Amino acid sequence: MRQRNNILGVDPKLLIKDAAKLMPDPARRGFLRGAASLGALAFLTGCDIVDGDTAEGVLRKVSEFNDGAQAALFSRTKLAPTFPESAITRPFPFNAYYDEDEAPVVDPAAYKLEIAGLVENKKPWTLTELHALPEVSQITRHVCVEGWSAIGSWQGAVLSDFLKRIGADTKAKYIWFKCAEGYTNTIDMPTALHPQTQMSFRFDHKILPRAYGFPMKIRIPTKLGFKNPKYVVAMEVTNTDHGGYWENQGYNWFSGL
Amino acid sequence: MTAETMTAMPADTTIHPGWVRVCHWINALAILVMVGSGWQIYNASPLFRSLEFSKHITLGQWLGGALLWHFAAMWVLVVNGIVYVTLGLATGRFQRKLLPIYPSQVIADAKAALTFKLAHDDLSHYNAVQKVLYAGVILTGILIVLSGLSIWKPVQFQELTALFGGYDFARCVHFVAMAAIVGFLVVHVALALLVPKSLRAMVTGK
Repeated sequence: MRQRNNILGVDPKLLIKDAAKLMPDPARRGFLRGAASLGALAFLTGCDIVDGDTAEGVLRKVSEFNDGAQAALFSRTKLAPTFPESAITRPFPFNAYYDEDEAPVVDPAAYKLEIAGLVENKKPWTLTELHALPEVSQITRHVCVEGWSAIGSWQGAVLSDFLKRIGADTKAKYIWFKCAEGYTNTIDMPTALHPQTQMSFRFDHKILPRAYGFPMKIRIPTKLGFKNPKYVVAMEVTNTDHGGYWENQGYNWFSGL
Repeated sequence: MTAETMTAMPADTTIHPGWVRVCHWINALAILVMVGSGWQIYNASPLFRSLEFSKHITLGQWLGGALLWHFAAMWVLVVNGIVYVTLGLATGRFQRKLLPIYPSQVIADAKAALTFKLAHDDLSHYNAVQKVLYAGVILTGILIVLSGLSIWKPVQFQELTALFGGYDFARCVHFVAMAAIVGFLVVHVALALLVPKSLRAMVTGK
């Protein structure tokens, strides 16, 4: 993972620096202030739009509007482009808000996927049971919110099949995922039911390595990378939006591609 | 916007009808926000190792804040841009002001401009260099919006993304279009300050 130079726009040092930069920090709350271009803006409009929670409130409202616009643009049947094996980015980058050696270590023997919410059968799933689910494969582009992208190969079960299997109420609005390190993520039901949305247990036909989310990642090629949770330990079918790690800090909620 | 300004023809003294001035300043604001926030977004994963934008000239403080600005101002930019281009074509202003463009005239006027010999006595008439730059920046504006759409929605608009040579190349197109627009802005603002009556015309219309 030390050689990421082959990925357009990704500097390995920068990734780590960036991860640190992106750590939640109360000091970053006032992200609307302090830019020179804002000075120009205030000058042009003759009013101080920089001041305060009003601007932030307006931006968040627009972001919610953008959630709706993206949900309307989202096609339940349109597939993300797929690529040949030769297009896979090697090595595929590790990316998180923590360093690679701080990634969670999950004990496969003790692992159980917890199921909660609007589901008929809430029996937890062992890894052996999950691995026995019918397997599909995809080679798709992972697009990071930072702008870089990388092509990867994932194998696992179709999430919508699994939801039917456990008797999930697919009329519910959201699926909430919880991860081993405390990361959380909520996705909309139409995306959960998209044919390419996958519970991934393998990367490039090998058991998912720790860096890529062992034992289970939710691979969603129609969403930005941070909406593809790794180290997933629980899922809840719900009508309440529980938000998510990055969404709560200001990243757009829908973040569709 | 009154019917009077809508139909303002060379006969009266109006250089820029109301809709041009309104669209121009809304656009100026939207571009500032888009560029400032775009630079902050760029910093999260620079295309060029040696190029990063100083925090003093970016907007949004961090990637999340910059994205909120970028995806809010995009609506202003696009809606205003559609109104401007539609009216520009429908009123015949674009055809009248920006066409025809003769390469020989562009070269001659560029030489004159660089030696400060270009006349500015009639603001309602564009010289060939202005025609090229204004037509060029409108086309670049369309290019930056389309390349932006293609990297925002590389699945839903995948045909468009493919047209731009794929996601990664579309990012480069988006960046180069930004550089072209910023380059235009530098010249545009410098010249507007050198010829203050042109700035006045964009405010008062006369």
